[in-house]
Amino acid sequence: MQVKREERYSLRLQVNGKRYEEQVEPRKLLSDFLREDCGLTGTHVGCEHGVCGACTVLVDGRAVRSCLILAIQAEGADITTVEGLAKDGKPHPLQEAFSECHALQCGFCTPGILMSSVEFLQTHADPGKEEIADMLSGHLCRCTGYKGIVEAVQQVADRRKEGEVRESGDPVSICSRTTPTV
Amino acid sequence: MKPAAFDYLRPSTVEEACQYLQEYGEEGKLIAGGQSLVPILNMRLSTPECLIDISGLEELKYIREEGDWLHIGALTRQRDVERSALVREKTPLLAEALPYIGHMQTRNRGTFGGSLVHADPTAEIPLSLLALQAAVVIQSAEEIRAVDVEDFFITYLTTDLMPNEILREVKIPTRHIPKGYSFQEYSRKHGDFALVSAACVLDVDEQERIASVRLTLGGVDAVPVLAREVEGLILGEKLTDSLLLEASRAAAADIDPEGDLHASREYRLHLAQVFAARVLETAYHRAVLGKGSAT
Ligand code: FES
Ligand code: FES
Repeated sequence: MQVKREERYSLRLQVNGKRYEEQVEPRKLLSDFLREDCGLTGTHVGCEHGVCGACTVLVDGRAVRSCLILAIQAEGADITTVEGLAKDGKPHPLQEAFSECHALQCGFCTPGILMSSVEFLQTHADPGKEEIADMLSGHLCRCTGYKGIVEAVQQVADRRKEGEVRESGDPVSICSRTTPTV
Repeated sequence: MKPAAFDYLRPSTVEEACQYLQEYGEEGKLIAGGQSLVPILNMRLSTPECLIDISGLEELKYIREEGDWLHIGALTRQRDVERSALVREKTPLLAEALPYIGHMQTRNRGTFGGSLVHADPTAEIPLSLLALQAAVVIQSAEEIRAVDVEDFFITYLTTDLMPNEILREVKIPTRHIPKGYSFQEYSRKHGDFALVSAACVLDVDEQERIASVRLTLGGVDAVPVLAREVEGLILGEKLTDSLLLEASRAAAADIDPEGDLHASREYRLHLAQVFAARVLETAYHRAVLGKGSAT
């Protein structure tokens, strides 16, 4: 397969369960594709060279930096962005926990951290604080000091262990929220 | 920061990729996981005419043992190597080194071979493979050849790989798996480039005397360094505190690191000695603990 620099390639892939077919230049980054072509601006772009982690999304279930992948390289991939986390109007358990534990302030880093945390919890049955911190080392947060983030991830892991968290969110934690749901 | 425009080629076999390399010569650049290359493209430190995307070549994604060798396909994701039970069993040193590479999110995408051909002098995979006496298999449109990792690195970011060649796989000898091993590095924060890194594989005999040892240091020269003097000094000996001190001094004696923004020359020398001692000590203790068990 060959695409000349000035050509546009008809790129097909799936984002949050929805199929997309868009015309892209070979040099377009996946992060820009998601934001500009799919209109999914929940994926944030901070540094564009793989340092800050804000652009993290799941590609075929794995957390990766979308600013370090060309969109054209993701042909046929199944991508999940932060917009794909809530189900039926109910936030994802991680989103709930982030809210409860004050794990975000400005929220710029949050989408990326959420996506890494999703994969992390899938691959770690009973994570310790250190493992969570290790996962977070790939993300920069300039507001929170990370403490709330570690707590939030830990909370979801703990609740899952106790069998409290169901797929579509946790009604118990919704009641204990201090911020009103809109 | 966006990459400059380039032509994009996606071969469906290694042979086709070699053909493209032959055709495009210096203008063509291979992209695999892209975790080192895409930042370079984004910052426009490099503006290749043409990118040849081999990231989808499934034929170069594997980890398997054949005969006395562990074979790792060049396009195997770093994270798959990190999680492989076979790697943990056959080359525990590598399993210990991998989590130090970047972050989980970059190891999910970055390839094993990509790190090797990028040849950053502080990188973990080159350093480990040098300690393990690994070899690489390289392919071009004309031939397939093998090179020892010891002869592979030439200088900063430069290897023996020619512009028309592709790294196919890495072969690690497994006939004898050293019981003692250790990988440790120092960086300012986890996932940063290491200031100094050290790897060691070591074995002892029944009397706990050192029967074999290879110690390598990273971040102290333009290429990963094998500290040869150490071998002559400690072979046939038990590792006492004074010998450990002497050996770590010897390891750091022949290196000549450059100072930069991150660490002065003196600080790197100091770290090299400290980390040489740490990996030697850990590897020795593991070897002594493991000496009774079967290989
Ligand atoms: S924007 Fe991708 S890592 Fe910062
Ligand atoms: S909440 Fe502001 S950067 Fe993390």
